[in-house]
Amino acid sequence: MTATAEVSTGSRGNQPPVPDGAITVTVKVRRFNPEFDDEPRWDSFEIPALPSDRVLNLLHYVKWYLDGTLTFRRSCAHGICGSDAMRINGVNRLACKVLLKDLLASGGKPTTITIEPIKGLPVHKDLLVDMEPFFEAFKAVKPYLITYGNEPTRERVQSIADRERFDDTTKCILCAACTTSCPVYWTEGSYFGPAAIVNAHRFIFDSRDEGAEERLDILNDVDGVWRCRTTFNCTDACPRGIQVTKAIQEVKRALLFKRT
Amino acid sequence: MQFHKYDVVIIGAGGAGMRAAIESGQRARTAVLTKLYPTRSHTGAAQGGMCAALANVEEDNWEWHTFDTIKGGDYLVDQDAAEIMAKEAIDAVLDLEKMGLPFNRTPEGKIDQRRFGGHTRNHGEAAVRRACYAADRTGHMILQTLYQNCVKHGIEFFNEFYVLDICMTETEDGPVCTGAVAYELATGEIHVFQAKSVVFATGGFGKVFKTTSNAHTLTGDGMGIVFRKGLPLEDMEFYQFHPTGLAGLGILLTEGARGEGAILRNGSGERFMERYAPTIKDLAPRDIVARSMALEVLEGRGAGPNKDYVLLDCTHLGAEVLESKLPDITEFARTYLAVDPVTEPVPVYPTAHYAMGGIPTNVHGEVLRDNDNVVPGLYAAGECACVSVHGANRLGTNSLLDINVFGRRAGIAAAEYALSRDEHVELPENPAAQVEAQVALVLSEHGEERVADIRTELQATMDANASVYRTEDTLKTALHDVQALKERYQRITVQDKGKRFNTDLLEAVELGFLLELAEVLVVGALARKESRGGHAREDYPNRDDTNFMRHSMYYKQGDGLAADIRLDYKPVTFTRYQPMERKY
Repeated sequence: MTATAEVSTGSRGNQPPVPDGAITVTVKVRRFNPEFDDEPRWDSFEIPALPSDRVLNLLHYVKWYLDGTLTFRRSCAHGICGSDAMRINGVNRLACKVLLKDLLASGGKPTTITIEPIKGLPVHKDLLVDMEPFFEAFKAVKPYLITYGNEPTRERVQSIADRERFDDTTKCILCAACTTSCPVYWTEGSYFGPAAIVNAHRFIFDSRDEGAEERLDILNDVDGVWRCRTTFNCTDACPRGIQVTKAIQEVKRALLFKRT
Repeated sequence: MQFHKYDVVIIGAGGAGMRAAIESGQRARTAVLTKLYPTRSHTGAAQGGMCAALANVEEDNWEWHTFDTIKGGDYLVDQDAAEIMAKEAIDAVLDLEKMGLPFNRTPEGKIDQRRFGGHTRNHGEAAVRRACYAADRTGHMILQTLYQNCVKHGIEFFNEFYVLDICMTETEDGPVCTGAVAYELATGEIHVFQAKSVVFATGGFGKVFKTTSNAHTLTGDGMGIVFRKGLPLEDMEFYQFHPTGLAGLGILLTEGARGEGAILRNGSGERFMERYAPTIKDLAPRDIVARSMALEVLEGRGAGPNKDYVLLDCTHLGAEVLESKLPDITEFARTYLAVDPVTEPVPVYPTAHYAMGGIPTNVHGEVLRDNDNVVPGLYAAGECACVSVHGANRLGTNSLLDINVFGRRAGIAAAEYALSRDEHVELPENPAAQVEAQVALVLSEHGEERVADIRTELQATMDANASVYRTEDTLKTALHDVQALKERYQRITVQDKGKRFNTDLLEAVELGFLLELAEVLVVGALARKESRGGHAREDYPNRDDTNFMRHSMYYKQGDGLAADIRLDYKPVTFTRYQPMERKY
């Protein structure tokens, strides 16, 4: 058996039947397992796939039929759990929210898709990174409702307009696509990063919350909002369509004018 | 091996686990173990709402909610539990609001409410606005809010710790739960957690089916562990198929869409639910709607080139309602089917969604070891548990309610029990031995079988033979297939032999749980020769209260994967509602 044949069939038996309408694409994945590897490398896989397939399907194909050691996180597979943020063709996306048809090369040319781990967080293995620094930054902004005084017996009253004020930033799924697309974060990991600021925004502009000042003090820090250079990478990266840069700007303005 | 000692160990960090943790963590030393990160849990995928008779927008009361829940469950609901859930629903919603949950609001600034399937005014007169919601990401907001409050209270999480076993110690008073054994994904190390109480909150097992709204990670681990310990599972044949999954994909489109006025149509554009449920039509409970859809397709009235789905028509709702109240499902349809709900009806078909059955508990979340006795120190809540508040068919929104009401109750009960015990009960000898052997076995070279192939075949046979409609023949086929797959499973090989984030190993272990639970489901479905709620037998189309007004209880006999299943029954608890014919 030749080496090439081994790559296409692996040691894992026959491949599943190729569906009608499938095209073959090349998936180039950044691999690194510190348990065995000295440095990262690229592996390429030829995969039959449908245009309607998600990139996550392609990764599953590799893992299930070609190379079981390929490692990545995933859960819901439809863009709400935030597990599978990765760099796909150089931009941060959720693998379960990008369809192959949107990545196909024009004019029927062969398609190659490159997949790398998100940047700025230590790589644990292949596409799976250390999320702890990301969640530490999230926790640092006091991401919970802060109130003083007695609780009402029924719900707190909030007008439709007041509820709408912070609606956008309630959509965050903590996938880290924004934070790890930020050039400032790549070079200075101590920066809180867009996601933490988005979650601070979600409470600072909630009319029921009384902790805005505490959070603004935290974000006024040297690693806070002033690090933002408004490159808009974060807004482009957000799979939930949150206006991330706008939210950061609103926090900056709140700091300048002390108003929420 | 590492050793830890806590008062309370909670397994799973979805809605039920974190709701339990918020209670337990403020009372006793608590650890939460999850195979994911908390915010990845599938509670976040729930969309439409959480029902409570707040009566913020129209007359309502919790007794009506109780009745709807019991009737919706086709009278297999334990009525005392349903009453507790409906009564405590009001505080459960208000608690979440006080924790910060951003509910949609009425013009007066109160929590807004929308209609949902099977929830009615005055015992079935008309649909009632009972579901409290945050757009169509209510589950997301519940998961985020609970996680935020866990951060606030400094709850201790062990993320990506996959629990594979619990510790049971034999005492004079029978078996007692004394801890849990986890496999740390990052390192491959085994951890033993000694505890006075253990709470399972590990969710469902939708991945036994191919077409499902469930996450890849919903593999019934908690139910599987309990079953392997010789403890019973309850009512596993009752599995809910949500009517509106995106056709071919299974991705959930909330019932809240129909709550806001969307209509199901068949291939010729007819609003077919008028024929099946003349009073509440598209807002009939899920089992009825799913069967009606399947019948339309079976009888040739489906839509699309192969007439194999029906249509969810939202076009008359207008772009504004879709964008403000149903933004996520609008986007799902656009992203995954390239269909814009503003202008086109969306292809939908039932998708495997929710396990009504699970680990039997009483209303305090205490796990039963038989019909009469509990396992001291062991608790369960949420989808992995069976209280039973859902009976044969869960009403929409009652799962988000269940996790909050019974997650809270289990957390309080587990902490109070732990505080009432001075000393930890001693662990059994070599508590990690079974898990070490299990991991070593999966990693050893012992065959040619591939995990993905067995899982694919399992899901295919379950979809074909044990879904919305079942017969003796299809179920026998499924049982035969599942047992053959279990046999093949003994010969699997994983490629990744490493210790670091070995998700290849993880998937192999998960498949073991799926196979066992699929078999229990099918065995239960074969034995239940009647149609009730989510269990529809074409060969036994009627409900049979004489023989089957009782819960099923399954016990594993013996140790191996191929061990037998013993079936027993448990009476249903009645309070004030006599079974009636179920019409809507």
